[in-house]
Amino acid sequence: MVPDDEGGGLMRADLLFDPVDGLDEALAAVDAFDAALVAGLLRPQPGQAAGVVELADAVAGTPLAARVAEAADKTVAGAAGEDHFVALAAARAALLGSVHDALTARVTEAVGRPVAEEAAPAGAGGVDHAANLLAAARSWLSDLARAGWQGIDHELVGGAAPVVSAMLPDPALRRQATLLDGFAAELAASCPGATLERIPVRRWADLWSRALLLTLPGATGAPAADTATGRLLPLGIDVQEHATAVQAQVHAVFEPADGGAPRLVRAAASAPKPDTVVGAGLWQLLRPHLSLLTAVSEGRAMDLDAMPVTAEGDLIWDDARARTGEPADCLATARVALPTAAAAATAPLDRHPARIAAPVLLEGYEAEQDDDGVAFRIAGHRLPVDTDRIPAAGPLTAEAVAASGACIALLRWDAGEFHVQPLAVERTVRKKAVAVHAGAWAGGTTDKAGVRAEKAATGAVDALRERAGRLLRK
Amino acid sequence: MGDGALSVWEKSSTARVVPPARPRKLAKVPFVELADGRLQGVVSSGSDIGRVYVSSVAAGTYAFACSTNNNRPCGGARGWFCNHIRALVDEAVLQYGAERVARYLKVEVADGELDADSVTTAMTHTRPAQGDTSAAAPVFSRFLRHLAYLELAPGTAPLPEMQWFPTTRAVA
Repeated sequence: MVPDDEGGGLMRADLLFDPVDGLDEALAAVDAFDAALVAGLLRPQPGQAAGVVELADAVAGTPLAARVAEAADKTVAGAAGEDHFVALAAARAALLGSVHDALTARVTEAVGRPVAEEAAPAGAGGVDHAANLLAAARSWLSDLARAGWQGIDHELVGGAAPVVSAMLPDPALRRQATLLDGFAAELAASCPGATLERIPVRRWADLWSRALLLTLPGATGAPAADTATGRLLPLGIDVQEHATAVQAQVHAVFEPADGGAPRLVRAAASAPKPDTVVGAGLWQLLRPHLSLLTAVSEGRAMDLDAMPVTAEGDLIWDDARARTGEPADCLATARVALPTAAAAATAPLDRHPARIAAPVLLEGYEAEQDDDGVAFRIAGHRLPVDTDRIPAAGPLTAEAVAASGACIALLRWDAGEFHVQPLAVERTVRKKAVAVHAGAWAGGTTDKAGVRAEKAATGAVDALRERAGRLLRK
Repeated sequence: MGDGALSVWEKSSTARVVPPARPRKLAKVPFVELADGRLQGVVSSGSDIGRVYVSSVAAGTYAFACSTNNNRPCGGARGWFCNHIRALVDEAVLQYGAERVARYLKVEVADGELDADSVTTAMTHTRPAQGDTSAAAPVFSRFLRHLAYLELAPGTAPLPEMQWFPTTRAVA
């Protein structure tokens, strides 16, 4: 069913532009604390102290109140220990969690789709795994907080390297390792902090607080709660990368074989990588581990047999539990199956605005392109389109988005506003609808430019493997 | 920094801080980085496939060094930039762009186009001193650490933290 309002798949696009109650207040407390991290908490100045206290006051009515108030006291006195920093990070995460929840409620209203019943949280796994490494990470993060972003230098930032190197080979610590690695690389590229012209204040506070919380026992590793058997209909692919890691996430509608209600799910593959493996090289790294990437390129569904799935709707992909199915057009899936697919609730620790990525089908908009980039005029408002998030190794371009008449996108929120990330567009060429997918080259391609990119990427990895073969194992 | 003083970039959770490397061929210079106050990297020997040179140029002074991974001095780097160092600058410009390399090394190209040649020429004109090769061992071990990323197993468990690292079409 295509809702026949002017917002297309967004039943109430106008809601995305209405103010959200309490949002500004919550973010003001977050900003106050984040500003304190800029100069560091070793010897907080009065302005910084006020920022820390503002954060504590914002959670005064919650179960965190006592611990955070104590942490704020110690911090203001310049005497904060690791546990105090953890308490402040938790307070910050709680505030952003509330922002996430309010925004998600707004998204749910706007898209008009059902919400899955909240599953009981799965018991945390990996309790006390590698406690020493996590303690080392916590200690580094505490030193960072004391130094502040303006106080970072190569020696301080370099302290993360041995921790990351020790964590990376352990799959149970991959989340922590990947985050610390990406964060430390950014900090290293920004050294010395004293001469920085501008600082990504919210981003680094996000990465810092999240990394700190991930050092707590049981913070990661919630096991798959269930299995999925039925038909998987892909919507599109989202790519995330930093210099030494990549993840491709396929968003899809899952139709259970037992006739149960259809659900929104994701399937991901990720890999550490050398920084010189980019573009099509990313697809080459991930392709062998996620047959779904090939299915997306071929425009096919997949049939799943007892594929593990978490309460959040993340399939833990195993190629042995998936078979390539019938042809399935992403846009048809978005038009027919998406409107009734229920989204799962996000795990408590993952509730952060950056996590919001709701698949939507947009139609009946007017695309515009100017110096500020591409935007869709929808329900009388300007909805920005983040074309920068379209993977470089693919056929979709900002120009194609600007010329489109329909778009599958991820609805996201950042820096105070909603925007969309295009996964696929449909445009009319000589009176025929033509679809262009951001992830079209994920499974391989016969496109000329794509073949060239694949060849270059193969050459790069071959050269590195040859060097590794000669120099690594001596 | 008060309320409302933050720019959109400063308030963004997914602000892009480091542009991704540009693709380049890796056979000749498998490793390049701007780190520790130097442009440094590893250059494959043209004559012996088992040998590599560790080359570096310091930011600001352009003090240069080149030696093998077994710490034998490079015959070409006596008093001036050897071909390994020139290749290192060339590949760094391919990977990071001339502007970022020049900024990091504190090179100013007075007139003409900013490219690998003009960056190299600007540095050699100052008659830089030969540095010591004490950095060779740490640079080589960073290269090995870099190669080791290829050996790490990919996974299919979700990494929610990667939501903070969207891909970008921006290039260095």
